[in-house]
Amino acid sequence: MSRIPLDPRTAPSFQTAAKVSLQDAQLRKNVKHATEVIQAKRKKLVDEKKDWQELREAGRQIRAHSLAHLEIYLEEFERNFTRAGGVLHWARDAKEAQEIVVRLTKEIGADEVIKIKSMTTEEIQLNRALEAAGVKAYETDLAELIIQLGEDQPSHIVVPALHKNRAQIREIFMREMDLPDLGDTPQDLADAARTFLREKFLRVKTGVSGANFLIAETGGICIVESEGNGRMCLTMPETLIAVVGIEKVIPRFQDLEVMLQILARSATGERMNPYNSIWTGVHEGDGPKAMHVVLLDNARTDVLADGEGRQTLQCIRCAACLNACPVYRQTGGHAYGSVYAGPIGAILTPQMMGMEHAQSLPYASSLCGACYEVCPVKINIPEVLIHLRHKVVERSGWWAPEKVAMKAVAAVFRSEKRFRAAQRLGRMAEAPLVKKEKQVEGLVQLKGSETTTPGWIGWLPGLMGGWTDTRDLQAMPKETFRDWWEKR
Amino acid sequence: MSEARGAILDRIRAAKGASSTASAAETYAQISRTYLHGGDRDREGIVDLMEERLREYDAGVFRVAHDEAGAIVARLLQARGLSRVLVPAGLPTEWMRGCEFVVDAAFNAGELDSFDGVLTTATVGIAETGTIVLQNAPGQGRRAITLVPDYQMCVLRVDDLVETVVEAMGRLEKTKELATTFFSGPSATADIEMTRIKGVHGPRFVDVLLVS
Repeated sequence: MSRIPLDPRTAPSFQTAAKVSLQDAQLRKNVKHATEVIQAKRKKLVDEKKDWQELREAGRQIRAHSLAHLEIYLEEFERNFTRAGGVLHWARDAKEAQEIVVRLTKEIGADEVIKIKSMTTEEIQLNRALEAAGVKAYETDLAELIIQLGEDQPSHIVVPALHKNRAQIREIFMREMDLPDLGDTPQDLADAARTFLREKFLRVKTGVSGANFLIAETGGICIVESEGNGRMCLTMPETLIAVVGIEKVIPRFQDLEVMLQILARSATGERMNPYNSIWTGVHEGDGPKAMHVVLLDNARTDVLADGEGRQTLQCIRCAACLNACPVYRQTGGHAYGSVYAGPIGAILTPQMMGMEHAQSLPYASSLCGACYEVCPVKINIPEVLIHLRHKVVERSGWWAPEKVAMKAVAAVFRSEKRFRAAQRLGRMAEAPLVKKEKQVEGLVQLKGSETTTPGWIGWLPGLMGGWTDTRDLQAMPKETFRDWWEKR
Repeated sequence: MSEARGAILDRIRAAKGASSTASAAETYAQISRTYLHGGDRDREGIVDLMEERLREYDAGVFRVAHDEAGAIVARLLQARGLSRVLVPAGLPTEWMRGCEFVVDAAFNAGELDSFDGVLTTATVGIAETGTIVLQNAPGQGRRAITLVPDYQMCVLRVDDLVETVVEAMGRLEKTKELATTFFSGPSATADIEMTRIKGVHGPRFVDVLLVS
């Protein structure tokens, strides 16, 4: 993978990129192993929760409610956060958010920052912008560190380096940390990261983060994590800058009683992740003296404007849908051409791109529904995928094959005469392609069916070949139901 | 800046129709909260569950009577060979036994790093998840002191232990604006091949005293 950030505007189509990923046996092995482990852990802990479905429903309602009254809760957050000593900034797009963060680092004279893992800062390519402004950003989450040192890109929302195994990680650390004698157990690698980052935690005066939840009622911020790197970044520096999507707000502190329960179980298969931090603005003598939140729109309001697509913004970034997705589990995350991979990425990215880019993503799914089943806030991802497929076709010209085919089918189905004619035509056209019923072992041939079994088609020309490339098509029956009915 | 603020708020209203504080309050009250609020264990069962969960996280767990707590603290610190332990203001002095205790005095990062460990009380414990909640209050102190030292000892009164997350959030309602840290065992990561490894940047060694 390259240093070039994942960007839907320049990424190849999913189908093209997926073919490359599928050739990489090591990547597929790593992704398969990791997703199987998380899924098993998640399932065990979800099964033990007697009220899981009630929690999911409450989670959905809290998130949907927050979005329905978004401007009210953002203004309430603004009031309370400001009262608690925080400074709030608003950014319409990625560029504006980058400029705000760069300006803040310049104002305090920072030439380096320590970062908590944040998908939002990945989304706006903040590290690149900081680098261009002469500010060095150190990623401190273990997986993000692996990505940064390996000049790689994240492939998963929660475990961004899940496509790398220990041998690959060891190689990166040996090279980049200059540790020729590094061992290869996960413990050795984690210890190396601890030593490498410790000095930075104690020295660097500016932290940059995202946030899991903004609490309107208190002006509070909640960040959940495992390693303690988050706590380091949000308590040790003098200044903390959090870049947060506008959709992350929840109404009240009490709502965390639902969110914390569903998030940890869904994301990492734990009853609770090792650390949750909740704080309100600036606390005298405890943590940073200056606290900034940059509220980011970056097309989230476009998603909000689409009544059917809106539920996408309920997402709490647990990545359970990635782990459950039979497509993601084969391709890994890079094929999605966006920092948001998997089913949630397949619906979020095209919407955030105004359907201008990433139009192949709504098709990166078998619509099996596993993502919906595991989603802790009940986002109906298959429903949104179909909605987006519809939009993709709507946007295309009249000559789009799917559109022409559907128009033709509609015309045929509207008239009985045309329907019967089409059936006759179909039977004639398929005749040279049909092979006799194969004698399948164990298949019981029904009495009389010898004469009516229509046979199979193994090859179709052109676009229709997409079907027969991977499976046979049953030929049309010799006698239709209507014919049979009329003969009675 | 205010230009962006106005633009975003306008876009939100245009996207879904404007809302009002009154309608937000009204529909918020209708959110269905049929999930379980309390648990079904008795006090002894809750303490057992807490112990089991903490052990799963590889924390040390010790159930002690109030009067013996100081002696146990001294024994544990000595067994680990710790000589200089950081404490927050407001910690009961009868627990400070067995080595040198230094009360936090706005130490900088380097100074915090020089301590062998830290000893605090806690606001509430959650048995279901093996979680302990610390807040910036007397006996618990600011967030950095329980983060930088490599060893953490926490004294949790059994009376402050609840079974479920929902019960704990209810108890925290009064002090919800304080700086708050939930910790569930020592720091950990599963970023390498999803293998849980104890101890990355937070304290790698944690002992919990459950005091009745």
